[in-house]
Amino acid sequence: MSSSLQFDQVRLPPECESLRRDVRAFLAEEIANGTFDPHRPGHGDSHDRAFSKRIGARGWIGMTWPKKYGGRERSFLERYVVTEEFRVANAPVRLHFVADRQSGPILLKYAPEHIKTDILPRICRGELCFVIGMSEPGSGSDLFAAKTKATKVDKGWRINGSKIWTSNAHVADYMLGLFRTSPATKDDRRHGLTQFLVDMKTAGITVNPIYQMTGQHDFNEVVFSDVFVPDDHVMGEVDSAWKQATSELAYERSGPERFLETFYVMLELIRALGAEPDIRSAEGLGRLVAQLHALRRMSVSVAGMLQAGKEPMVEAALVKDLGTIWEQKLPHRVRELTAFLAPEIGNRATLEEQLTFATTLAPKLTIQGGTTEILRGIIARGLGLR
Amino acid sequence: MAATQNTDREPTKAAIVRESDHIVAEMAARIFADFADPQTINRAKDGAWRGPLWHALSEAGLPLAWVPEQLGGSGASLLEGFAVLGAAGRFAVAVPLAETLLAGWLLARAGLASPDGAMTVAPARPVSHITLGRDGTLSGRALGVPYASDAPHIAVIAEDATGITVALVLAKDCGIDKGQTPAGDASNMVVFDRVKPLRHARAPAGLDSAALMLMGSVIRSVQTAGALEAILSLSVAYANERIAFERPIGKFQAVQQNLARLAGEVAAALAVSGSAADAIGQESAFDEAVFLEAASAKIRCAEAATEAAGIAHQVFGAIGFTDEHVLHRYTLRLLAWRDEFGNESYWAAELGRRVAQQGADEFWPLVASR
Repeated sequence: MSSSLQFDQVRLPPECESLRRDVRAFLAEEIANGTFDPHRPGHGDSHDRAFSKRIGARGWIGMTWPKKYGGRERSFLERYVVTEEFRVANAPVRLHFVADRQSGPILLKYAPEHIKTDILPRICRGELCFVIGMSEPGSGSDLFAAKTKATKVDKGWRINGSKIWTSNAHVADYMLGLFRTSPATKDDRRHGLTQFLVDMKTAGITVNPIYQMTGQHDFNEVVFSDVFVPDDHVMGEVDSAWKQATSELAYERSGPERFLETFYVMLELIRALGAEPDIRSAEGLGRLVAQLHALRRMSVSVAGMLQAGKEPMVEAALVKDLGTIWEQKLPHRVRELTAFLAPEIGNRATLEEQLTFATTLAPKLTIQGGTTEILRGIIARGLGLR
Repeated sequence: MAATQNTDREPTKAAIVRESDHIVAEMAARIFADFADPQTINRAKDGAWRGPLWHALSEAGLPLAWVPEQLGGSGASLLEGFAVLGAAGRFAVAVPLAETLLAGWLLARAGLASPDGAMTVAPARPVSHITLGRDGTLSGRALGVPYASDAPHIAVIAEDATGITVALVLAKDCGIDKGQTPAGDASNMVVFDRVKPLRHARAPAGLDSAALMLMGSVIRSVQTAGALEAILSLSVAYANERIAFERPIGKFQAVQQNLARLAGEVAAALAVSGSAADAIGQESAFDEAVFLEAASAKIRCAEAATEAAGIAHQVFGAIGFTDEHVLHRYTLRLLAWRDEFGNESYWAAELGRRVAQQGADEFWPLVASR
């Protein structure tokens, strides 16, 4: 452990730029066809199965995975380009995004062969939605406090308890969940948790909706009542799930989705300011541009280092810490920078609608996928303070 | 200047800092460790350490690293030079090494040879302008020129109605005041009152005082990132050894949170300054892309300097506020560097204007192109 940080200078190779052109052309066509409105994030169906299938048909889901499982064996930098272009366009990718980013890589690493050949190609075709089952009522950031139990039975396990804040659960086909298979030991409280693949159609699963303050339905409570999961659905080692969090976490923390979630308000700010902003607005905009560029260069660097086989865990956590705080503050900065604009600016209605949505959404950005406080604990450990 | 004409850019190889960058920077770091140890210098009663340090740097060819051999320099690449300046930042080096590198680069771009010894450049602020008169003399005043009172020569970029000129002048031919930065380094107003240059030449296309400000900004950003790396490791080490309330203060979550924030600022500065140095090292012109990279680096590094200096002092408490402690050698330079070659407010307004001028539809493509 040391306090030295590494950010290799990574530039996206030329193949990324031709891919970027393809993605932009695809998105322009989808927008023209009315699939989604890039100026109205949070509207329309964010789980669009038909759209996800068209994305899958282009080879842009699971694109880094082996061809024998439906992947395209492309680089993580190419995946980076696809992710950022979809994000910037506000394209609805919720249906496949969790499977593409997190669940697929876990299956690739830990699932038995017959499950890989069954499920991974369907993820790649955009047919499957995954949900992460980690938080419980009573254990959120503190994952190791999870109580929902998987009890060994003949040929499998029986699950009882509940998971909460499970985004996508109401549409998901599968859950990758963390369940207690043994009590924690005195000297290792991380012991006793196991990762399972759960078919959401299994008898005994109830999904109760939880509406969010944005008015959207994304969260759920998932209740397990004697849910049977076969032995081959155990992912990795029983009781040792904590060992399995490796480089996937770095991908999850450092991607472009960790600073572009409210990016649309920045574009709308530029439209509102016009070609000749006053010096206050120009300075405010310029600082945002510099901060965004710095975040993206950090994020691309981490993607490149991961592609090169390095494990920049602290750097990845830093991207998420800085990135989520930046995207959270962005609507507030835009509000300040547009405070003195003439009432008749052309895009006022769009700007106000977007600001309302982004402002309402912003609080969750530093909570989901590891809170600021948890991230800083990870960073402090990486610096050698813990 | 091999690096400025580097067009055979291999996409994946370009991603990796070349080994030779490390070799030159490691040599520089050894010299800094031997002759510019911050703790030793902080205890020194006078500036006697400067002579041996400059001599060692000159012997190694570092001050004129960016000058090709045929113009009297050592012909290192831009990336090698930036790596040396990162190391200089890690040691809070307080001799005009960066300024001499920049002056040598400026003169060489116009085909002018560099003299021996330390140099600086004028102007060093975007508000300052120097004009070339019909009689071939220079007039104007340049604010905040770093080390002007210490360096025998000044490389100047001057304008007249027909174009841009690069000139070399003797510092003693100029009016130089006694200004200092908060860190105590010379930072002078330089008055040019019909100063006759030792030599001068037309600047090549694309080289003007805005380009000099951008180059200076990347230099300061790289030094800033180096100094930030140093204060992060000093702060972490101190938090691990300083006992309060019966445990190392680094065990307290409040302190850990502060150090994590400090690490974030250091990370942003390292990434954005490294990116800008790489951009200047790879591109042959000061185009839109280099403008975005260089201006962003100066803005973000200056913001990081403000935040990080505050956090580091908070971690150290009273001891870090003493003259005998080494921390101020870093923090006061970090704060001073913000103002040189355009402060963050200046560059932010310039960058914001450019982005606004190009319009919303051009913005994401610009960001994504880097």
